Amino acid sequence: MQTPSPSREELRTLIDARRDEPGALLPLLHDIQNTFGYINAEAVSLLADALQQTEAEIHGVISFYHQFRTTPPARHRVQICRAEACQARGARSLEAHACKRLGVSMHGMTADQHIQLDPVYCLGNCATGPNVRIDNRLAGRVDAARFDRLMDELEGEHR
Amino acid sequence: MTITVYVPCDATALSLGADQIADDFVRLSAQTGHDIRLVRNGSRGLFWLEPLVEIDSGDGVRIAYGPVTGSHDVESLIKTGVLDGHKEHALALGPVTEIPALQAQTRLTFRRIGVTDPRSLDDYRAHGGYQGLEKALQSDAQAIVDAVKESGLRGRGGAAFPTGIKWQTVHDAQADQKYIVCNADEGDSGTFADRLVMECDPFMLIEGMTIAGLAAGASEGYVYLRSEYPVAADIFQHAIDTASAQGWLGDDIRGSGRRFHLHLRIGAEAYICGEETSLLESLEGKRGLVRAKPPLPALVGLFGKPTIVNNVLTFAAVPEILAAGAGEYYKHGEARSRGTLPVQLAGNIRNGGLFEVPFGTPLRTLIEDLGGGTASGHPVRAVQVGGPLGAYLPQSQLDLPLDYEQFAEANAVLGHGGVVVFDDTVDMLEQARFSMAFCAAESCGKCTPCRIGSQRGVEVIDRIRNKENHAMNMALLSDLCDTMVDGSLCAMGGMTPFPVRSAFTHFPDDFK
Ligand SMILES: Cc1cc2nc3c(=O)[nH]c(=O)nc-3n(C[C@H](O)[C@H](O)[C@H](O)COP(=O)(O)O)c2cc1C
Ligand code: SF4
Repeated sequence: MQTPSPSREELRTLIDARRDEPGALLPLLHDIQNTFGYINAEAVSLLADALQQTEAEIHGVISFYHQFRTTPPARHRVQICRAEACQARGARSLEAHACKRLGVSMHGMTADQHIQLDPVYCLGNCATGPNVRIDNRLAGRVDAARFDRLMDELEGEHR
Repeated sequence: MTITVYVPCDATALSLGADQIADDFVRLSAQTGHDIRLVRNGSRGLFWLEPLVEIDSGDGVRIAYGPVTGSHDVESLIKTGVLDGHKEHALALGPVTEIPALQAQTRLTFRRIGVTDPRSLDDYRAHGGYQGLEKALQSDAQAIVDAVKESGLRGRGGAAFPTGIKWQTVHDAQADQKYIVCNADEGDSGTFADRLVMECDPFMLIEGMTIAGLAAGASEGYVYLRSEYPVAADIFQHAIDTASAQGWLGDDIRGSGRRFHLHLRIGAEAYICGEETSLLESLEGKRGLVRAKPPLPALVGLFGKPTIVNNVLTFAAVPEILAAGAGEYYKHGEARSRGTLPVQLAGNIRNGGLFEVPFGTPLRTLIEDLGGGTASGHPVRAVQVGGPLGAYLPQSQLDLPLDYEQFAEANAVLGHGGVVVFDDTVDMLEQARFSMAFCAAESCGKCTPCRIGSQRGVEVIDRIRNKENHAMNMALLSDLCDTMVDGSLCAMGGMTPFPVRSAFTHFPDDFK
């Protein structure tokens, strides 16, 4: 879904577009990750330069937030809600099923790097759980059978 | 005669296939030669009925059908003649406004939600939108603050601080720049009211923040929205752009000479960033470490300037308060809890969704009468109110009325109004363990009782489960809770003991 290894030029353009906004770092990290899938070492060094911070400071911010990543992502991210409202509707067993179905544990990536499985703390769809988010798409009332159909679709597109 | 078909566009309806339903209506109605107008309205918040389709076949009455779950339902509806004025069908619910679950509510903040098209500023204005701001533009700043005070409005994000007093502090502060910040981090499980506002009536939030700007003398506003809400981000950004293009935001609001600019910022999956000072750090581009208070954000807030930080629902209540008058809001509710609370019924509940009711309504009325009990049909065993830092209530406490002070007396919180229902299959030791594990995962790391204490909490609960030194470990768990309450800088570490304590106090059998 993302182009691998961004060029220095592309990163510069992204960073220059909003480096002067107040509190620009989070929007910039989002822009970089949305465009390239992750935040690589070169991006960190360019950000440090542009915002007059140390690389350690930029790393500190990246590591604080669950969303940001510094290694290439799988093609798709599948997130299963682990919060109380989904627990009350059977999310714990869905989580176990999902791990089995994909052959990975939570936070793991399938061997073909097609799907990354992550927990998420609440998708805000709490009356119609269990909930699953696939990239930017939300699916509600997901039982094991519906989960399998959703994964079939994702895997089908890969083949 | 125009036939109008309404298919909601909020994230819940979308998660249940609403886009497909909308496409089906367009495609199949063309095949049968019907000329329909498709409107993507907001959701009514009756989620057990979603996707909930409404059809006005020309007489101005919107007949509801739901849940419409796939192409087969759309085919069957059209074949029965719902586009030709025929109103009977297995999925028919009658005129939407007569659905009992809507009639039982007092919708002030949510009055337009589900009715209008959230992408249409004209629709917003046709349904009373911007009347509050029109009044605010005619008033002086102190009069706006006074109206908010008189309404009795308290913060809907969790701490229930009186909104008018906060606004007064920022109004009185002297500074070259002040800010209005909206907390749309909505991290609590079981809550989705902020999302519904932003997806279904985004101009209302813009209007409320603009009024706050006039009251405080602030010309810049930020909305900090969690990244788990991409639909809300899209619709809200569209609303900012539309309002700016039509002069409702910008350097000269509707020719008044007053300025207000609004920016949308996206979080990055960190629960603690819902805590207001952590949120401000995050907006400044830093790690979301909680700041010590004082100084209050009202005096030293975003970029060190005086700042109003309020929840989405708090700002969203303000346009109506100004338009209808503070007294109209204050007359609902009881004691020091005035107005209405948009309650979110979630978890194992038959009829889950958004229920805006006056304060004073008993919790049991919501869960049993409006919510219809559990979805599984099993008895209700525990109810967590107020998100992951809120207590678990047993059956014996379900008669508590929605009232901040009465909840506090019962060692519980109303928080953001999320109500998560569990049936009798719940294991309360597991829930207590989850609370500790959640705190350990989401702590900002600044204080030891929160960061390390929660980790120890998980271990102690594991030992209790394994029946190792039971009495000693129960005593240890209780001590640990005290240490976290006493030694934490913010409510993350300070309130995680609420769900834990309530679990072992009210459900001791699960800890044996
Ligand atoms: C751990 C933690 C998480 C919080 N999360 C939120 C949140 O997601 N949304 C929110 O509005 N307030 C949240 N709050 C409360 C805010 O700190 C703050 O009280 C609120 O934004 C003030 O707005 P209000 O007065 O309108 O409620 C949280 C507090 C804590 C301690
Ligand atoms: S209680 Fe926890 S989240 Fe709050 S400031 Fe301390 S370490 Fe951070």
